[in-house]
Amino acid sequence: MYSSQTNKCLLIDFWHSVAERESAVRGRLECLPARMSKSLRILVPVKRVIDYAIKPRVNKSQTGIDTAGVKHSLNPFDELSIEEAVRLRERKKTPVSDILAFSAGPAKCADTLRTAMAMGADRAIHVEVPEDQPLEPLGVAKLLKAVAEKEESNLVLVGKQAIDDDSGQTGQMLAGLLGWPQATQASKVEIEGETVTVTKEVDGGVDTVRARLPMIITTDLRLNEPRYASLPNIMKAKKKKIEKKTLEDYGVDGRRRLKTIKVEEPPPRKGGGKVQDVDGMISKLKELGKIWAFDVLPFPSSVSRPDGFLTLNATRSNLE
Amino acid sequence: MLPIARYSNLRAIRLLSTTLPRSSSSPLLRLLSTLAVLEQKDGKLNSGSLCAVTAGKKLGGSITGFVAGSNVKVVAEQAAKGNGMEKVVMVDNGAYDKGLAENFAPLLVENIKKGGYTHVIASHSAFGKSLLPRVAALLDVQQISDVMSIQSDDIFVRPIYAGNAILTVQSTDSIKVLTVRTTSFPISEASDSQTASIEEGTDPKAPSPTEWISEDLAISDRPELATAGKVVSGGRGLKSKEEFDKLIPPLADALGAAIGASRAAVDSGFADNSLQVGQTGKNVAPQLYLCAGISGAIQHLAGMKDSKVIAAINKDADAPIFQVADVGLVGDLFKVVPELTEKLKKA
Repeated sequence: MYSSQTNKCLLIDFWHSVAERESAVRGRLECLPARMSKSLRILVPVKRVIDYAIKPRVNKSQTGIDTAGVKHSLNPFDELSIEEAVRLRERKKTPVSDILAFSAGPAKCADTLRTAMAMGADRAIHVEVPEDQPLEPLGVAKLLKAVAEKEESNLVLVGKQAIDDDSGQTGQMLAGLLGWPQATQASKVEIEGETVTVTKEVDGGVDTVRARLPMIITTDLRLNEPRYASLPNIMKAKKKKIEKKTLEDYGVDGRRRLKTIKVEEPPPRKGGGKVQDVDGMISKLKELGKIWAFDVLPFPSSVSRPDGFLTLNATRSNLE
Repeated sequence: MLPIARYSNLRAIRLLSTTLPRSSSSPLLRLLSTLAVLEQKDGKLNSGSLCAVTAGKKLGGSITGFVAGSNVKVVAEQAAKGNGMEKVVMVDNGAYDKGLAENFAPLLVENIKKGGYTHVIASHSAFGKSLLPRVAALLDVQQISDVMSIQSDDIFVRPIYAGNAILTVQSTDSIKVLTVRTTSFPISEASDSQTASIEEGTDPKAPSPTEWISEDLAISDRPELATAGKVVSGGRGLKSKEEFDKLIPPLADALGAAIGASRAAVDSGFADNSLQVGQTGKNVAPQLYLCAGISGAIQHLAGMKDSKVIAAINKDADAPIFQVADVGLVGDLFKVVPELTEKLKKA
């Protein structure tokens, strides 16, 4: 059916296409370093915390919070960071070559890292730190600096605060240590090439700033709606790699600078009971107003800006 | 709490007296010097940031104010009057107008090193939260956030777990870097006529890799949420933005109050993000916190439970908000709120 001529032609075509494909591959490899610098290597630090819905209890010796047998989960702000990293990949504006989840903490942090990988992180690093000697934000920032440098990360997405310690420092400290630009409390992130535009939540509204990679962004609740990890993704996450490391591997000193003197329950507030109707409410407010020196009647409202730039005539007594 | 504070002071003095010549009458006070980082915008001092000065007064020792921005002299003069500072350091450079941490942090570090301060304090505002950790990292110290009370020169009290626990910590760092809760360190009215001297600070002129593009602030005639004497707050129970706008602002107007919202209300688009009260929103401690349609989740309570008087309107008699409310009214807010507004107007 085929003449030798056509066979030859087909063969030549075949080799042509192979050569073409080869040169294309080579070309791609050649321009790879240039592409690498433009692709995002995202580092997402995550923290294992007591679940947000659980009311923490102070332990009997007043040294901390009871954590044994209490439900833990991924810090909600870190979920937002992972989600944003995955969305940056899905948006396909700037290629994302790596999403690395990182956690420093007790052995159980591995579960948290699995959750991060089930949501879309490619791999994970776990630095084991004993539960009774957790790192402070400064220690975490130093560790993250070493990780970011070693892994050649060019974007770090950090939650704006951990809901246990409520410090809200790690991202800014890391940015300071690396000398990178920072955008805190991000509610919108846009990346075009190497230019990053971030809308930040500030007092009274939003601010928009622009910087170039590499950069640190801390995530605010408004940034996105984190996805649930699907069962297939949870299964896939089991095959992804968690690299075990130690503080020594990164040459970081985990010594704490703050000494806990004590942890106690806040003074309880007693509910003052209920009133029957609006009149009851007004008269009770008037009565309480006498004690607390506020007037239930309107006062002339001073014109003010929402960001705190107002002439304040506060003479409130301190609660302490 | 007291024995610990006493112990620390004693220990500090004992330590000092071994290292210092005995002649100085109050070595501790002499050594303590606080730098209070003040905020300015468009040539106006953010009076809320003066809480750093109030906190400095609790520490004792001298207090120096710090402002930076373009034509900042006016702000420095405003701050210098009667706030109890010894000195105000100013840096006149437009590069610091937007308070970008990238160049503001090196600027502060230079001036901290030059002034040899033992304590650096700023308000726990968006500016302070963004800036001070960066400063602390550059100084290699562990910052302490959202300080509610100062026990001694190195012992501080702060909330953790959304205010469900109160942590007392002792700092072992040589420089203490703190952000303080505005509502815990209210500014006193300028009482004395004493005026601080104004000095020019050093300007390292560090470049900022971040460029400020724009801002979008909700301007209103109402008192500012974080510092208002009264706050009227609405939650999910209001059901829609229309109902929120129909019921909450008139009630706030009748009281001369600021408007707040729960996260549920903000997430559902009833109110602007900047109005959120709670662990991840604003902390308020007004004289009166009146809320309607808010159940009282722990994250919300974290932001308002230091209010002097809490009044709540909710149709669910078992809502957790009633456990903290001084005055509770079980009822349909769509009926109660307009009635309350009317009666307050007449009163």
